This record gives sequence, C-alpha cells and structure tokens, in this order.
Amino acid sequence: MILSYYPGCTLKTKAKDLDRYGRKSAEALGITLEEIPDWQCCGGVYPIAKDEIATKLSSVRALAAAKAAGQDLVTLCSACHNVLKQVNNDMKTDEEIAGKANRYLGLSEEYHGETNVIHYLEMLRDKVGFDKIKELVKNPFTGKKIGAYYGCLLLRPGKVLKMDNPENPKIMEDFIRAIGGTPVIYPMRNECCGGYVTLEDKALANKRSGKVLENAKDMGADMLITACPLCLYNLNKNTDGYDVPVYYFTELLAEALGVKD
Amino acid sequence: MQKQDKQELILRISGVNARKCMRCGKCSATCPAYDEMEYHPHQFVYMVESGNIEPLLSSDSIYKCLTCFACVERCPRDVQPAKLIEAVRLAVIREQDKNHMKKGDLPELLDEDLPQQAIVSAFRKYTK
Ligand code: SF4
Ligand code: SF4
Ligand code: SF4
Ligand code: SF4
Repeated sequence: MILSYYPGCTLKTKAKDLDRYGRKSAEALGITLEEIPDWQCCGGVYPIAKDEIATKLSSVRALAAAKAAGQDLVTLCSACHNVLKQVNNDMKTDEEIAGKANRYLGLSEEYHGETNVIHYLEMLRDKVGFDKIKELVKNPFTGKKIGAYYGCLLLRPGKVLKMDNPENPKIMEDFIRAIGGTPVIYPMRNECCGGYVTLEDKALANKRSGKVLENAKDMGADMLITACPLCLYNLNKNTDGYDVPVYYFTELLAEALGVKD
Repeated sequence: MQKQDKQELILRISGVNARKCMRCGKCSATCPAYDEMEYHPHQFVYMVESGNIEPLLSSDSIYKCLTCFACVERCPRDVQPAKLIEAVRLAVIREQDKNHMKKGDLPELLDEDLPQQAIVSAFRKYTK
C-alpha cells in the first residue's frame, strides 16, 4: 500500500528519529510512505482566525498534492496533523476560506477538502490493524508499564480531528498493547505540556510538563510515549524535577518489529 | 481604529458568538495557563461581548494562551473561547510595530534541543 506522507520541518531536523523509525516500521508493515514533493512547513499552529488565508496555503498545497496522487495523506507530527486536518476542514466547510484559497493558488483543479488526512496512529489502527501488528512483533515490551502522552494537538478539537474520543482516548493504549506493553492510564495524558510558550516562559512549561510527569509517575508509568517533538522537548527539558523517560512511539514500534538499528 | 470597530473585527474574525456563553466558567477551570493569565478565558468572552476590550488588548494574557483547545473542547455551549483570544491577539499584533517577538530576541531563547516547531509556532503566534 502506498500513502502520501507529510513529514513536516521538525522531522527533517530535530526529530529525525520520529521520521526514520516511522518509515522503517511502515515498510515492515507493508506500507510505503511517499513524501509529497516540495511540501512547505505548515507553520506549526493552525491559523484560527477566519480572515487568515495566506497562512493556510502551504497546508492546502500539500492537501491538493495528495488529492492529485489519489492517496490518503499521512502525518506523524502531532502539530502537522492538527494543522492539516483543521485547514482541510476549512476547505471542506467554509466557502469563503475555500474560495479565497483557491483563487490565490490557481490550482488546475479546485481543492475542497477531498483528501483524507490520517495520523500515523490512525494508519496503524485502520489500515494495518493492531491485531496484525501484534502478530508481527518480534521483541514485545512485556512487563513494561507505558503511559501514552496525547498532549493537546493530537485529539482536539475532537469534532474536527475525529481521531478518537478526545476526553477518553484509547488509540495509543491499544498501540501499547499491540507491542506487548501494559498501558498506564493517567488523567493528565491529554493535557497540554506548555507548547510553544516554552520559548519565552520556561516556568510555565516546567509547571505544565511537571504536572504531566508527576501524574504519570504516580500512576506507575516506567516511560511515556509521544507523537510530538515539542511534547518530547518539554517533557525532557522542563521536568520540574520529575524524571520519566519519554520516547517517540515510532521508536518503540521499530524496536518491537525488530527494525531498529 | 474605533473601539466599536475593534470589537466588531474581533468578533468577526474569531467567528465566535459570545452571546451563547452562560458564564459557567468551565473554560477557565480547565485552562492550563489559568495562573499565568490576568484575564481568564471566560472573562475574554464577556469582556469582548460587552465591548470592554482595552484591558485585554494591553494584557500579557493574550500571549499566555497555549492554543491547547481544551476550552474549545470542554465548553458546554460551544463558544470556543480560544478563538476569541486569538482574535484579540491578532488585533494587537497586526498593528504596526506591535510584534510581540523580534528576530533579534531569538538567539538567547534557543537551545540545541528546541524543535523548529516551537520557533515557527511562536513566530506565527507572536508576529505579523
Ligand atoms: S507542525 Fe511543525 S513540524 Fe510540522 S511542518 Fe508544521 S511546523 Fe513543521
Ligand atoms: S507540544 Fe504541548 S502543545 Fe504541543 S501537542 Fe504537545 S502537548 Fe500540545
Ligand atoms: S465554558 Fe463556555 S459557556 Fe462556560 S464560561 Fe466558558 S465560554 Fe462561557
Ligand atoms: S486554548 Fe488557551 S485559553 Fe483555551 S484552555 Fe488552552 S490555553 Fe487556555
């Protein structure tokens, strides 16, 4: 199976592992991720305001490229996933935004949200299947207590992203079970780590990330997994004194599938 | 810009209908940046609605919102306060010389592990 893939800028630089292990694992699962040609950075945060058009165009280009290839578009970074899905929703449901964006871009065929955007985790769940992954696991994480860290951008707004129940998600816990680990459910798993505000307010990031780590530790997690480079950064750097190792979920997947080297 | 025009602009570009708010405070109760904010999400809603926007325009609260969408998800009336906070912030930084962050500020904020995502996000949030 071939799917279009939008890696995003961070996966080309600071988060190369998230990308590399994601691609290797996908190959092992029979999926080729075909990078969209000449994609541009989505900007990291969804431009919320109704009159923001220019800032949405890089996303629309990527979405239209996947449409032209006739493929679903896979994202891996939580932030890219959030931006692309929300912009796609605008193109589908907001005529004014879609009209202006189409006029700016002058694509050979107008784009109106036709592409199906899925996060890598949704690809694992819906295209491969967690049962199938379980069968292919060579090195299970038996006995490991793993906490899923969803953060904020993977799930919300739930009505637009439609990935999982935003208040009681289970896709990452099912993933943990598939690779042989034991999921640890802790209330802070879908609360924000402090995000980009870490740039100018380290105290805030420490407080938010510290609360996540404290809660995960209290509930007995040996480690956390994330899909977001910024979550990883905040949870590693702004720990408020709590130490719980944090990994990209693709790294654990590659290890479980025996393709990590 | 006149005060009333600003209120109208903020409401229009946010797409928020502030009158739907029943002032339950749930948005503020769930906001992870609550302690750092001088004005809280529910206050943004009623202050914009009542036209009391000057204090919001000059408050640092507009740079504390993490855009985590918790208030959007959890508001029982689907008011989506984060969209209003975004619009107030835009009303400020779209004015000349009102960028909250300058290129020259960056070097001392960076460290070797900081992901690009944080930088591009901050620029999108703080500058025009
Ligand atoms: S979300 Fe982040 S990593 Fe992804 S393209 Fe946008 S800025 Fe780059
Ligand atoms: S980095 Fe923080 S802000 Fe971003 S998705 Fe992760 S939890 Fe949310
Ligand atoms: S949660 Fe919604 S209804 Fe309640 S105060 Fe906030 S905006 Fe108003
Ligand atoms: S989006 Fe902003 S205002 Fe809303 S809960 Fe998150 S940090 Fe608070």
